[in-house]
Amino acid sequence: MIRDITIGQYYPTNSYIHRLDPRVKILSTFAYIISLFLIDNYIGYLIVALFIYTITKVAKIPLKFILKGLKAIFIIVLFTVILNVFMAPGETILYEFGKVKVTLEGIKLAIRMVSRLVLLIIGSSLMTLTTSPIELTDGIESLLKPFSKIGVPAHEIAMMMSISLRFIPILLEETDKIMKAQMARGADFESGGIIKRAKALIPILVPLFISAFRRADELAMAMEARCYRGGENRTRMKELRYESKDYIALSIMAILVVVTILI
Amino acid sequence: MAIKLENLTYTYNPGTPFEKKAMSDVNIHIPKGQFVGLIGHTGSGKSTLIQHLNGLIKPTSGNIYINGRNIHNKDEVSIKDVRQQVGLVFQYPEYQLFEMNIYKDVAFGPENMGLSKEEVKERVHKALSMVNIGEDMFDKSPFELSGGQKRRVAIAGVLAMEPEILILDEPTAGLDPKGREEILGQVSKMHEELGITVILVSHSMEDVAKYVDRLVVMKGGKVELDGIPREIFNHIEELEDMGLAAPQIRYIMEELSAKGMDVKKDILTVEEAADIIASYLKKGGIRSDS
Repeated sequence: MIRDITIGQYYPTNSYIHRLDPRVKILSTFAYIISLFLIDNYIGYLIVALFIYTITKVAKIPLKFILKGLKAIFIIVLFTVILNVFMAPGETILYEFGKVKVTLEGIKLAIRMVSRLVLLIIGSSLMTLTTSPIELTDGIESLLKPFSKIGVPAHEIAMMMSISLRFIPILLEETDKIMKAQMARGADFESGGIIKRAKALIPILVPLFISAFRRADELAMAMEARCYRGGENRTRMKELRYESKDYIALSIMAILVVVTILI
Repeated sequence: MAIKLENLTYTYNPGTPFEKKAMSDVNIHIPKGQFVGLIGHTGSGKSTLIQHLNGLIKPTSGNIYINGRNIHNKDEVSIKDVRQQVGLVFQYPEYQLFEMNIYKDVAFGPENMGLSKEEVKERVHKALSMVNIGEDMFDKSPFELSGGQKRRVAIAGVLAMEPEILILDEPTAGLDPKGREEILGQVSKMHEELGITVILVSHSMEDVAKYVDRLVVMKGGKVELDGIPREIFNHIEELEDMGLAAPQIRYIMEELSAKGMDVKKDILTVEEAADIIASYLKKGGIRSDS
């Protein structure tokens, strides 16, 4: 179940996009999101859609994989359509029964909202599909660095992100183990009403929390034992450096933003 | 209570790039009341195998019979009964403790079986006394206990279901020598007194040499060797190739005989070796068993 959600999963192909500097990808995603909100006509959406399709091809990510990820937001899309079609104010009434009116403006608005939403999700998931979690946190840390002068804990935020990402598979495995152990003692998670099922979760949740705290404690000790004291004076094995391909990518993004503003 | 495994095969994530065969074509027959040791290198399929025995994992192919009944055939036996008959103690079982006090935690299993309050009480008392936890501790939180005590309480949680087959996955991992001795001694005592079948997964050759009647060695998801410990430990080289070993005392006896002492080599425990060496010396260098 949990494994079916493909949004944000890293998909390694070592393409041109994968090899870009993570900072470029983060900034580009921001630029992309802003330009999506600046667009106010269909040609703009078409251009952005073509752009994102090209990126997907260059990144060698199968379209199927991305569409599968969209399944998770299907409900939100449906909700947006219904809300916009029936609630938007408008003059040109196409259909009317009782108090519910379907207007041309409403349908237009719904189309725009849905394209915006879908393009938004695909665009931002492309970033996580092509960037490994470690690169991503490195990029965020490096981008936040200038703000540390005004008290933003750049390194700490990045470290928290990478630790939480690292812990997801560990906790999943742990849950599986505890579930099996309790099932061996006759626990039943599958039958009964909602209250009975909620109660049946206690034998899983209590040990899971305890083990999460224990692991956090041990990790903190292990980090301190290796002289971790925050980001100060810490050097890196892999320094992030902008290369020519990164400048090319940034220029392409700049062109896209300008085009969307002009249209 | 016999266990019969027939052509058991299990594949993780079949049909995906992560496909991995954890067990292939395993055939084992364990008669009632046997004390079986299961050894093998990490990743040899031991844990996968034991999780099959109470139906936590369903085999990709093959059959599991407990007492002649196929456990995945709902008409023959319910999975709930199987889990009651086959008690499985996982590695580091203390991490599954969750209740407010020891009594309640041990009662979790029997309560799931739907027993009456009196029966639950009786079983909890019995199980906890088997692992040497006194009545004065019953109201303590399981999280206040020492590592060895926690482990014993967790084992009692399985014992309280009164299984006829007890499976322990490395019950002594991470314990000090005294804790190891206590737990294995109690398991062995239960095996003798109650006549239950015991399967012990272990990385300690000394432990299996001391307690088990039969040894099953796994490698790469297959049963590599199967026989009595004295016999299995004759295959020292094969065991070493698998990343295992014979008990240390065995190596000492090999060294002694290489140095010219004519002593029996296929021994299992330190006590046995001591007797043999003592009688060898007393008789002035004459082998006593021949």
